Amino acid sequence: MDFVDWGPKLFNALLAVAVFGAVVGLLLIVVDRAPKRGHEKYQLAVFLLPAIVMLAVGLVIPAVRTTILSFTNAAGDFVGLDNYKWMFTEDEALVTIRNTVIWTVLTPVLATGIGLIYAILIDKAKTEAISKSLVFMPMAISFVGAGIIWKFMYAYRGGENQQIGLVNQLIVWFGGEPKQLLLDPPLNTFLLIVVMVWIQAGFAMVVLSAAIKGIPADIVEAARIDGVTPWSMFWQVTVPSIRGSLIVVLSTITISVLKVFDIVRTMTAGNFDTSVIANEMYSQAFRFREQGRGAALAVFLFVLVIPLVLYQIRVLRQREEAR
Amino acid sequence: MSAVAAATATQTPPVAVVDTMSGRVRKRLTSRTASIISLLIAVLWTIPTFGLLLSSFRPEREIKTTGWWTAFTNPSFTLENYENVLFGTSSTQLLSYFVNSIVIALPATIFALILCSLAAYALAWIDFKGRNWLFIGIFALQIVPLQMALIPLLQLFSNGAHVGSLTIVPDLNLTGSFVTVWLAHTAFALPLGTYLLHNFISEIPREMVEAARVDGAGHGAIFRKLMLPLITPALASFGIFEFLWVWNDLLVALTFTGGTKDVAPLTVRLAEMAGSRGDRWERLTAGAFVSLIVPLVVFLSLQKYFVRGLLAGGLKG
Repeated sequence: MDFVDWGPKLFNALLAVAVFGAVVGLLLIVVDRAPKRGHEKYQLAVFLLPAIVMLAVGLVIPAVRTTILSFTNAAGDFVGLDNYKWMFTEDEALVTIRNTVIWTVLTPVLATGIGLIYAILIDKAKTEAISKSLVFMPMAISFVGAGIIWKFMYAYRGGENQQIGLVNQLIVWFGGEPKQLLLDPPLNTFLLIVVMVWIQAGFAMVVLSAAIKGIPADIVEAARIDGVTPWSMFWQVTVPSIRGSLIVVLSTITISVLKVFDIVRTMTAGNFDTSVIANEMYSQAFRFREQGRGAALAVFLFVLVIPLVLYQIRVLRQREEAR
Repeated sequence: MSAVAAATATQTPPVAVVDTMSGRVRKRLTSRTASIISLLIAVLWTIPTFGLLLSSFRPEREIKTTGWWTAFTNPSFTLENYENVLFGTSSTQLLSYFVNSIVIALPATIFALILCSLAAYALAWIDFKGRNWLFIGIFALQIVPLQMALIPLLQLFSNGAHVGSLTIVPDLNLTGSFVTVWLAHTAFALPLGTYLLHNFISEIPREMVEAARVDGAGHGAIFRKLMLPLITPALASFGIFEFLWVWNDLLVALTFTGGTKDVAPLTVRLAEMAGSRGDRWERLTAGAFVSLIVPLVVFLSLQKYFVRGLLAGGLKG
C-alpha cells in the first residue's frame, strides 16, 4: 500500500471533524445573538435537534421498519407470521435458538462465578492491581481478536504432525486423540462459550471486587469473631451483601451474550451447528438476502432483551432515589 | 450499565480486620490455597494471548509445524511476519485497514461526543415542556439492539427514502463510504452517551450556571466556556469507551463498509482472514496483534478512565 492512498483518507477524516466542530462552534456563538423573540426555541434547536434527528433516522424509524419487515418475505410481500413460524419450526433456525439458550444459560453464570471467586481471592493481596489487569485485559481486546486468539488455541494438525494448538497438545500429552475441535458439534458451541467467559470474567471481577470492598467492615468483623469458616463467610456474608451487584453483572453479561456475533462469525461463521440468533440474523439478512427472516430474528432478540434492560433501569432508578 | 458505575462510585474500602493467633494461622493456610487458585486463573487467562503474541514473532515454518511452547527450548524469532503484514505487497497487507480503522473510529467518537454533550446540556439546563419525557425516551432507547436498525439503515444509505413517489431522501448511494459508518456509530452512541454525560452535567452546581446567566451569558457561551472545561473527565471516559467500542466493532463495519479495502476496518479484514485463510497463522498472529495494539495501549496507559468508561457502558450495542 502506498502513502498516496491513505494520506487523503486521513486528511478527509480530519477535515470532516474540523468542519463539524467549526459549524457547531459557530452555531453556539450565533445562537446567543438570536432575536429575542423565540430565543429559547433557537437554543433548543441548536442543542437538541441534531441528536433527535440522528436518533429518529438512525434508531427509531429503522426499528419500526424492521418490525414491519419481519412480516414480509424476501420479495417484500406481506406474509403474516411466516418468518416467525420459520424461526420456531425449521431445523436450521431451531439449532440457532437452541445454541442461544445454551449460551445464555452457561456464559453469565460461569463468567460471574469465576470473576467472583477471583475477586475474593485477590482481595487485599499485594499483587491485587496487576492480578486484576491480567484478567481484565481480554475486555480491551476486540471479540474478533479474542476469536483469533482462541482459534489458535483450538488449532488442529492432522496425521503425524505436531500439534500447534495448545488445547490439542494438552489432549495429546494426556494420551488422547487430537481432533478438529471447532468442527465437532455440540462440543464446538461450548468451546465458543469458553471465549465469551474468558472475556466477560474480567468485567464481573472488576465490578464485584468493588462491591466486595463496599461490604461494611463491622459485618465482616462480627462474622469473624463468631468464628465462621471461609465457606460460610462466602455464602452467608459476601454473597448476600453484594446481591445487587451480582444481579446487575449477571443481567449485563446476559444481554451481551444474547447479542454475541463477532466470536461466532470469526471462529466458525456459524457453520457446524454453532450459529446463534445475532449471527443468524446477519447471515439471513445480508448473505441469503432473506430480509424478512433477518428482521424477525432481530425482533425476537429485541423481545428477549426487553425484560433484562427494564430490570436494570429499575435497579438504577432505585439506586438514584436512595442517594 | 450505568447502575454499575453508580454502585462502584459510592463504595469505600473497609477498615483493617482483627488479628488473633488462630486467625493468623488459618489466614495463612487459606491464603496459600487462595494464592494458588488465583495464580492458576491468572495464568489460564493470560496464556492464550501470550501464545499468540509469541507465535507472531516466530518464523512461518515454525509456527505451522511446532507449538509455540517449543520456542522456549528452541528459540527462533523474526519480525518478518509484521513486515509482511504491515508493508508487504500481498492481499493480506493490513496497513491500509489500520488506517481505515482510525479514519472510522476517530470522527465517529468525536461526532458522538459533540452531539451527546449538546443534548445532555439541553436536557439538564434548558427549561422546556416535556423535558423529562424526552430524557426518559432517549434513555430508554438503549433497549433497542443495533440489530434492529441494520437492515433499514442499509436500505436508506443505498436507496434513499421514499413515501410512494415522493422522495424524502434522494438515492445518495452512500454504501461503502466512511460517512455511513460514522453516521451509524454516532446514532448508536447517542442513548448511552447522552445519558452518561447528562448524569455528569446535571451535577454541576446550579449557582455557577445561574451566575453566568445573570452576567448575561447565553446557553451557547455557558456551554463553551463553563461546561466544556468542567465535564472534560466525563468526556474522556465516554470518549475512550466509545473509541474502543468503534475500534473493536465488527457488525456495524461489516454491514456498512461492504468489506472493501478502501473503507473496511481491521476487524472486518481479520474476521475474513480467519475464515478464508484460517491456516495462514503467520499472518493471523501478527495481524491480530496489529489490531490489538491500540486497545492494549489505551488499556495500559489510561486504565482508570478505561475501566470507568467500560463499566458505565456495559449495556451498549
